[in-house]
Amino acid sequence: MAKEYKRTDGRKPTELRKITAKVGVIPNADGSAMFAFGDTVAIAAVYGPRLLHPKHMEDPTKCVLRVNYDLLPFSVHDRKKPGPSRRSQEISKVTEWALAPVVDLKSFPNTVIDVQIYIIQADAGTRTAGINAASMALAHAGIPMKNLVSSVAVGKLDKTLVVDLTKEEEDFEEGEGATDCAIARIANTDELTLLQFDGKVQPEVVSELINLSDDACKEIYEAQKKALKEVLK
Amino acid sequence: MISMETSNLTKETLKKMFSKGKRFDGRDLFEFRDIKIETGVSNKAEGSARVMLGKTDVIVGVKLAPGEPYPDSPNKGNLTVSCDLLPLASPRFEMGPPGFYAIELPRLVDRAIRGSGMIELDKLFIEEGKVWTIFIDIYPMNDDGNLIDASTIGAIIALKNSMIPVLDEKGMIDYDKKPTKNVPLSKTYPFSFTFYKLGDSIIMDPTREEEEACDARITFGISIWNNQYMVNSCQKTGELSFTKEEIAKIMSMLPKKFDELNEKLKKFL
Repeated sequence: MAKEYKRTDGRKPTELRKITAKVGVIPNADGSAMFAFGDTVAIAAVYGPRLLHPKHMEDPTKCVLRVNYDLLPFSVHDRKKPGPSRRSQEISKVTEWALAPVVDLKSFPNTVIDVQIYIIQADAGTRTAGINAASMALAHAGIPMKNLVSSVAVGKLDKTLVVDLTKEEEDFEEGEGATDCAIARIANTDELTLLQFDGKVQPEVVSELINLSDDACKEIYEAQKKALKEVLK
Repeated sequence: MISMETSNLTKETLKKMFSKGKRFDGRDLFEFRDIKIETGVSNKAEGSARVMLGKTDVIVGVKLAPGEPYPDSPNKGNLTVSCDLLPLASPRFEMGPPGFYAIELPRLVDRAIRGSGMIELDKLFIEEGKVWTIFIDIYPMNDDGNLIDASTIGAIIALKNSMIPVLDEKGMIDYDKKPTKNVPLSKTYPFSFTFYKLGDSIIMDPTREEEEACDARITFGISIWNNQYMVNSCQKTGELSFTKEEIAKIMSMLPKKFDELNEKLKKFL
C-alpha cells in the first residue's frame, strides 16, 4: 500500500476548507454574492436580463449568458496584469457552460445576463469558488433557475484522492504528482456541467474522483442555500 | 462551439440517426475516419507533420528558439502551442483577432502534451538564464471537423521528428550547420480523444456538419506512463451536461481507442 499523502493544513482527504458564503455584497447589482474556500475569495455580480450591446450579438431565441472571470492584480504573488488573459477567457467560457444548463434563458430572448466574477484572493480553486458565487448571485437576482450549481475541485496527490486543493497541494510533484479536477454539478443530481483537469489519472480512477464531489457538492449546496435564505431575513 | 449554422432539420435528423447508432457516412458512432500522415512538410521547420483525417487536413510545424526561462522554472525549457484558424481553411473562419475556438484548441493540445511529460523540458537548458523554447504552430488547411484530435496527432508526430538547431559561438542559431540532436522526448506521448454529445447520443470524430449539430463536447488527453494508461487532461465544452454514467462509459473506452490509434500511427512514433 502506498504511503498516504498527509495534508499540510491537517485536513482529512475529504474535508473542504472553511466555506464562507454571503449574498448581496454589491448593492448596485441585480444579484451578487461572495463565496470563499479558505483563502480563495470570489465575488460575483449579476446584471440583467438587460438590453444587449452590440446588437448583432442578440439571439432571438434566448437570452445570452455572458460571463467575465478574472483575477484582481493583487490576488496572486506575482502581480497579474489587468485585462483578459487566455486563461481568464477560457475560465469565463467554461463558467458560462457550467451555469447555462440551470438558467431559464429561453424566457428572455434578445437580452443579456452579465455575470461578473472577480477573485480577490487566490489560493487555488478560484474557478469553482467563482461558479458557486455566480450561481448564488443569479438566484439572488431573481432569475428563473431550475436549480443551483455547486462546484468543487477534487484531486489526486500521488495516489491519494483529496477534495478542495490548496495552491501548495496543486504544486505537489512526487510520485504521480498532482491532478486538480474542477467539477460543477447541477445540485443533487449526477449532471456534470463542468469537468476539467490536468495531471495523471488512471481511466478507472476518473469515476472515483468524480464520486468524491458527491458529498463536497452537497455541503457547498447547503452553504449556498443558507446564505440565500439569510438575505430574506 | 464555433457558430452553429446547421439547420434545425439537419440537427433533428442527426439526432434521430445517432440514437439508432447510424451516421450519414455509414461509420459507427465511435469510429474514426481514415488517417493519413506526412512528415517533413516544411524543410525550414525543426520538425513538421501533416494529418489528414477524412477531409480534415492539419499541418503542424515545430520551431525552436533560445530564450529566457520562466522565473518559476529557471532550468527548464518552454513550450508554446499556437493555432491560427485561417480563412483559407473554412468559410466560417474570418480574419481578425482569435476567437474562442482558436484560443481553446492550442490550449487543449498543450495540456495533453505537457500532462503526459512527452517533452523533457529540463533537458532544454542551454546555460544560466538561457533555455530553448519549443513553438508548436498548428495550421488547419481544411476543416471538416475534429480539429482538436487531428491537431494533437500532428503535434506529437512533428515533435517526434524535430531536431535541435546548432548554436554558434555567439549563441545564435547557425542554420547552415546540420542539426545532430533530437528534441529530448520521453518514451510517452499523448493522444486526445474528443467525445461529442447531441441529445443523449455520444459520437467521436465528427464531420464539420455533425460537429456543428452537437451541443457539447469533452476532450481527454491520454498517454501511457509507467505501463499504465493515464488520463492527463480533460475539458468539457458547451452548454449541455455529461452524466457520471456517460463519463464512466467514456473511461472504459479510452484505453481501447488509444491502442487502436497507436497501432495505426506506430511507424511515425
